[in-house]
Amino acid sequence: MRITLHIRRQPNAGAAGRMAKYEVPNVNQEMSFLEMLDVLNEDLIARGEDPVAFDHDCREGICGMCGAMVNGVAHGPLAATTLCQLHMRHFKDGDTLYVEPWRAKAFPVIKDLVVDRTAFDRIIAAGGFISASTGSAQDGNTILIPKRDADRAMDAAACIGCGACVAMCPNASAALFTGAKISHLGLLPQGQPERATRAVAMVAQATAEGFGSCTNIGECEAVCPKEIKLEVIARMNRDFIRAAWSDR
Amino acid sequence: MMDLNSKSPDGPIETRWERHRFHLKLVNPANKRKYTIIMVGSGLAGGSAAASLAELGYHVKCFCFQDSPRRAHSIAAQGGINAAKNYHNDGDSIYRLFYDTVKGGDFRARESNVYRLAQVSVNIIDQCVAQGVPFAREYSGYLDNRSFGGAQVSRTFYARGQTGQQLLLGAYQALERQVGAGQVAMYPRTEMLDLIVIDGRARGIVTRDLKTGKIESHLADAVVLGTGGYGNVFYLSTNAKGSNATAIWRAHKRGALFANPCFTQIHPTCIPVSGDYQSKLTLMSESLRNDGRVWVPKKKGDKREPNQIPEDERDYYLERKYPSFGNLVPRDVASRNAKAVCDEGRGVGESGLAVYLDFRDAIKRLGVHTIKERYGNLFDMYQRITGEDPYQVPMRIYPAIHYTMGGLWVDYNLMSTIPGLYVIGEANFSDHGANRLGASALMQGLADGYFVLPNTIGDYLASGRFEKVDASHAAVREAEAKVASTVKRLLGANGTRSVDSFHRELGKLMWDYCGMARNATGLASALDQIPALREQFWRDVRIIGTGEELNQSLEKAGRVADFFELAELMCLDALERNESCGGHFREEYQTPDGEAARDDEHYSYAAAWEFTGVGNLPVLHKEPLVFEYVHPSQRSYK
Repeated sequence: MRITLHIRRQPNAGAAGRMAKYEVPNVNQEMSFLEMLDVLNEDLIARGEDPVAFDHDCREGICGMCGAMVNGVAHGPLAATTLCQLHMRHFKDGDTLYVEPWRAKAFPVIKDLVVDRTAFDRIIAAGGFISASTGSAQDGNTILIPKRDADRAMDAAACIGCGACVAMCPNASAALFTGAKISHLGLLPQGQPERATRAVAMVAQATAEGFGSCTNIGECEAVCPKEIKLEVIARMNRDFIRAAWSDR
Repeated sequence: MMDLNSKSPDGPIETRWERHRFHLKLVNPANKRKYTIIMVGSGLAGGSAAASLAELGYHVKCFCFQDSPRRAHSIAAQGGINAAKNYHNDGDSIYRLFYDTVKGGDFRARESNVYRLAQVSVNIIDQCVAQGVPFAREYSGYLDNRSFGGAQVSRTFYARGQTGQQLLLGAYQALERQVGAGQVAMYPRTEMLDLIVIDGRARGIVTRDLKTGKIESHLADAVVLGTGGYGNVFYLSTNAKGSNATAIWRAHKRGALFANPCFTQIHPTCIPVSGDYQSKLTLMSESLRNDGRVWVPKKKGDKREPNQIPEDERDYYLERKYPSFGNLVPRDVASRNAKAVCDEGRGVGESGLAVYLDFRDAIKRLGVHTIKERYGNLFDMYQRITGEDPYQVPMRIYPAIHYTMGGLWVDYNLMSTIPGLYVIGEANFSDHGANRLGASALMQGLADGYFVLPNTIGDYLASGRFEKVDASHAAVREAEAKVASTVKRLLGANGTRSVDSFHRELGKLMWDYCGMARNATGLASALDQIPALREQFWRDVRIIGTGEELNQSLEKAGRVADFFELAELMCLDALERNESCGGHFREEYQTPDGEAARDDEHYSYAAAWEFTGVGNLPVLHKEPLVFEYVHPSQRSYK
């Protein structure tokens, strides 16, 4: 297959970006999208040009490190699939693809397709945890958790922190990410003592980082590679409002 | 010869850890804040250790090369974590987990360490539940378990097929809590490139900021490495692309002994290579062998579609050779047999390097629905990668490098041969011997990080009077200059070949000569070829760009340079160990029916290698292994 790529190149955070056109004539349909970029980069290195910088690590769809907009869609056209798990058999010979980094005020570009997502870590540091210091736990089976609650908590906990939700949202809101963690911990009995403070602190941090507000558009849910549901945002809002009106 | 004192306690094994802990010196709470500890790596071991040390009151500086500590490759572990809870009343106990682990490791691990691992395994589950890890539950609300290879009891706790992810997020959240509290300073996208040793003690590290290229030193009272394994020596492995040996290798070059480098684990069920652009291999959980049947055609070069091959022309070779364990033989045995049938020319798929894992009979017996419930996410992943539907056609699988049991030598306190340098998780060599059992890597990482290191490191800190050092110290200057000159040398080669092309070539060499089966001739040939390729690398590597920016080729180049040196040590260790044990299979040493033949009389030791300069022969030190409880026997799965 022959694929034409238009990739947004930006040498560093301060420089201006531009779209650059590349031809990749020898794409095999068994390749992953990132393997196609590897092939392009080998070619660029051979020609003495700077290879395209992109984040990636596990290439199994679980670490959350990879991601780019492909023709305007976060992680590309295949639902519930990270960029590393997207294979070229889903494209046709002669296709033209536009590849751009996540765009959000809170995710500044570092280089090419690489962006700074440390804002997500700071949201977790603000309250995305249960304060259980090592050594203080009692036997695991003394906390009974109905299977339904454990399953729902797991659904929310499946978030990989890739940032596709933010990239796709017209408001660049981090509501799906923040709501997923608030839901995961808030659905479990262990998470109850800090439930109110957690919601308030995490939402405040997300706002301080420059993420926008949620207006229930739902683009985040559509592109989430782990199929996190919008209902986590409703849970976040409920916990936040309840906390705001109660005496913390 | 260096005295390798394991500091293993003696006396009854059940109370060794308790007695040892009592004799360790303590740092009083008010004094803990006067100490700074450097933690390199943020996976299950590093993340849990950084969080726990900070909770104790130490100042912690934590480093990872990824953009966030949550990306560490522990996240990719699928199946589960072992713990001797005996919640199922099925005869499990701490002693049984200890026994299974020593036997599974083919009698090449230290008994005291393994027993402690089994002991603290039960605390790990409690700790993780308290943190909110959403383990699978029964309808009653109690914790659920599944069974796993190498054990006859159900002791594996799991969170769907994402156990590693959920455990890592638990540790990550505990770590971020300490970041928020100001106890941990987190340095993401920062790579350790050298260890600073002053007056014989580890006192800091030199790092490179991957965004700006800035080379900096960080000083502390102790340094801990939790940087994972070195499977990426082979280029193609189930490891993440960034997983590397640089931190442990450069510590090795500063004096830390490297133990059992040739003990590498090959996982039998991975998706096969599809082309020369292949960048990594994806694991399919071992649990699939519970219901899938492994087979190849009886006839060589049979190119028919699998569903066209009648039952009597199929060879279910594991069931045929191992009637009692069948498809559930341990990883090393399953892998070797897959290689053997492919070497005979009976492999399947385009490359001939694959065997079938067939669910036809399980679907007939249990129905599609049950199979979907058990393995749905794995089947989806397989289909996404290969474009084939495993409900209709058998999966094609082949073994791949997965885990490395070897690593830096550590004593019972997890301290390396450099005072003040600790090594935890996969980066050390301590608990798995020559073969690791499924669901035991997560257990070891968290045992080291949550429960062992926070207890043992205080003994070192309390016993030392550390001289104040600052960045102007000659040793710091020397280490910084060395890192800077390595970066300069890599960029200056300005050759013709990319870093990846060298890495692929090295990987192929290692897979061919130091992979699933090894022999003296092949290893000697590899030891000839590797130094030549290494020299060519330094002469002819081409890296575009500068050192003062995000430069991914430069990052890779430094790691590959270390892989070259480590590869040589692996081959040497494999050549020196004239026996077969666990993941180390030397073709010359097998039983008449093709199983691994151990030589306990001559090789019952951990081989700890001392670095003596690139290209020089390293010095071998031996830690004899003594088995007082589990007596070495031939592993049999027939």
